[in-house]
Amino acid sequence: MRILVCVKRVPITGGKMVLAADGQALETKHLGFTISPHEECAVEEAVRIGGEVVVLALGPAEAEEQLRDQMAIGADRGILLRTNGEEWDAQSTAAAIVDALRAEEPFDLILFGNESADAAGFQVGIRVAHALGLPVVTGLKKIEVQEGRVRCERDVGGARDVYEAPLPAVLTVLEGLNLPRYPSVPGRLRAKSKPLAVVEPVRPEQRLEKLRLVVPEGQGKQAEILEGATQVVAVMQSLGVA
Amino acid sequence: MIVCFVEGDELSAQAVGFARALGPVRAVTFAGAYQPAAWAAALAAQEAEAIVAAGSDRGNELLAHVAAVLDQPFAANVVALDGDTVMRVRWGGSLLEEARLHGAPKLLTVAPHTQPAVETGEVEVLDAPDDGSPKALERVEESSGGVSLRDAKVVVSGGRGVGSAEGFGVIEELAGLLGGAVGCSRVVTSAGWRPHTDQVGQTGTKISADLYIACGISGATQHIAGAKGAKKILAINSDPEAPILASADYAVIGDLHEVVPAISAELRRVRG
Ligand SMILES: Cc1cc2nc3c(=O)[nH]c(=O)nc-3n(C[C@H](O)[C@H](O)[C@H](O)COP(=O)(O)OP(=O)(O)OC[C@H]3O[C@@H](n4cnc5c(N)ncnc54)[C@H](O)[C@@H]3O)c2cc1C
Ligand SMILES: Cc1cc2nc3c(=O)[nH]c(=O)nc-3n(C[C@H](O)[C@H](O)[C@H](O)COP(=O)(O)OP(=O)(O)OC[C@H]3O[C@@H](n4cnc5c(N)ncnc54)[C@H](O)[C@@H]3O)c2cc1C
Repeated sequence: MRILVCVKRVPITGGKMVLAADGQALETKHLGFTISPHEECAVEEAVRIGGEVVVLALGPAEAEEQLRDQMAIGADRGILLRTNGEEWDAQSTAAAIVDALRAEEPFDLILFGNESADAAGFQVGIRVAHALGLPVVTGLKKIEVQEGRVRCERDVGGARDVYEAPLPAVLTVLEGLNLPRYPSVPGRLRAKSKPLAVVEPVRPEQRLEKLRLVVPEGQGKQAEILEGATQVVAVMQSLGVA
Repeated sequence: MIVCFVEGDELSAQAVGFARALGPVRAVTFAGAYQPAAWAAALAAQEAEAIVAAGSDRGNELLAHVAAVLDQPFAANVVALDGDTVMRVRWGGSLLEEARLHGAPKLLTVAPHTQPAVETGEVEVLDAPDDGSPKALERVEESSGGVSLRDAKVVVSGGRGVGSAEGFGVIEELAGLLGGAVGCSRVVTSAGWRPHTDQVGQTGTKISADLYIACGISGATQHIAGAKGAKKILAINSDPEAPILASADYAVIGDLHEVVPAISAELRRVRG
C-alpha cells in the first residue's frame, strides 16, 4: 500500500483568541503549532495500515516541524509545498496538492482531516478527489482495507452508515477513528534523517478571499463564585436540574 | 432563484430561513440511499444564483462536491451574507472570518443555530441517477447505554485535573445523581482515561445541556467550542485564574476531588 496523508500547520490557541494588529491572522508570537486532531488520527491510521506512508503539508517553511512530528510517529517521508506564509484558500490548496501528486507514483489511499482546525472549509479532500477522478468518502470513524477495496463507517447521530469504495480512494476522517500514539524518542531521532521534498507552488488568485478576522462577542464573562456545595445545589435547584 | 437542499430537520429549516432573505427559494431533496457525489451532480445541474444547505455533515459534504464539480469557491458555515461578502465560522465558532466569495453560483452552507427556522413549504424531490460513486449501504445502530452526551440535560465533565481513569468515579457519581451524561476534555481521551465518544469540544461532541459542569478543565477555546451550547456553565477548578472562568456563569474554586463528592452528598441530603 502507498498512503498519502495531508496535514495542515495551525497554531495551538489557548484560552483566548488574540488577533494580530492588522486583524488578518491570529497573533501567534507566543503560540506553539500543531495539526488538527482529525489529521493526527489519519496519520496514525495510515501507519497502522502499513506500507509506504507519505505526509504532505502546504504551508510556510516552519511546517517542516509538523511533517517531522508525523515522521516520528511512523510516516516514511514528507512533501512540503512551501509558501511565503500568505493564506491559500481551499481551491488553491487542493490544486497545489493535485499538482504535487502528478510528480508522484499513484497512491492507493489519500487521507485528509474532515475539516481543518482553523479555516474549516470542509472541502480540500473532496476537491482533490474530483480533480483526480477518485471516489471519496468523508467523516469516517472506522476504516477497514480489504482486497482492492475499503469499507468505512461514519457516525450519524447514534448509528453508523457503512460505505464501500474501490481503491485507489480519498478518505476524510474524524478524531475518534483511533487513539494516536505519542512519538517515541528513537522515533524523533529517526524522523530527522527521513527524506523531505520541498516544492514551491505558485499562489493563484484567491476566490474565497479573506478580508479580516473577528473575535465573536461573548468571550470574557465574569463567573459568579459559589462557596461550597450548599450554594451549588441551590443553583441547580433554581435551574431545575437538581 | 436560490436552490436550498433540505433534509426535513431543524437545521434545514434554518438554512431555508437564511436563503429566503436572499431571494425566492426552491427547496429540494432526494429519495433513496445517500450518495453524495450523485446528489451533488444533480444539485450542480440546477439553474441557480446560489446553492445553499445547512452546515451539517451532509450539507457541507454536498456543497463541497458541488464546488468541485463547478470549480467554484464554497464558503462553509456562513452566519451572514451581504452582496458577495460573507461572514463565516472558523475554529469551531471561536473566530469569525469576513471573506469575499468570488463565485457564481454562490455556494454556501449556513452555520447551525445562527438563524431562526422557518416553514420549509413545498419540497421538490430531484432525480439523482446512481453513478457508481460510494453510497450509504447500510445503517448499523449503536447500542449506547445511558444518556447521550449531545442531548443530556446535564453534563458533568472532567479534564486533566481529574488525574486518572479511576478519578472519574466522583464525576460518574454526580452525573448519575443528576440523570446526566459524563463528558471530558481532549487531554483525557488522549491519555486513554475515557473513550472519544465522551469528548466535548471542537473535534468532539457539541452539547446543548441546561447545565454543564466542567471539573478540572482549563477552558481552551477548542473545548469551549463544544460546551458553549449549554445554557449555564459551572466550573470547578483549583486555579482562580483559569481561563474557563471567562466562559462560566458560576465557579467553585477548589479541589474537585473534595468539591464534587461534597455536591453529591449535599444532593443526597436535600433529597432525604
Ligand atoms: C501559509 C498559510 C497561511 C495561512 N494563514 C491563515 C491565517 O492567517 N488565518 C487563518 O485562519 N487561516 C490561514 N490559512 C488557512 C487557509 O485558508 C487554508 O489553508 C485553506 O483555506 C485550506 O482550506 P481549509 O483549511 O478550509 O481546509 P479544509 O477543507 O477544512 O481541510 C480539510 C483537510 O484538507 C487538508 N488540508 C487543508 N489545508 C491543507 C494544507 N495547507 N496543507 C496540507 N493539507 C491541507 C487537511 O487534511 C485538512 O484536514 C493559511 C494557510 C496557509 C497555507
Ligand atoms: C485543533 C484542536 C482541536 C481540539 N479539540 C478539542 C476538543 O474537542 N475538546 C477538548 O477538550 N480539547 C480540544 N483540544 C485541546 C485543547 O486545546 C486543550 O489542550 C484541552 O482542552 C485541555 O484539557 P484540560 O482542560 O483537561 O487540561 P489543562 O488545560 O491541562 O487543564 C487542567 C485544569 O485542571 C485544573 N486542575 C488541576 N487539578 C485540579 C484539581 N485537583 N481540582 C480542580 N481543578 C484542577 C487546572 O487548574 C487546569 O485549569 C483541541 C486542540 C486543538 C489544537
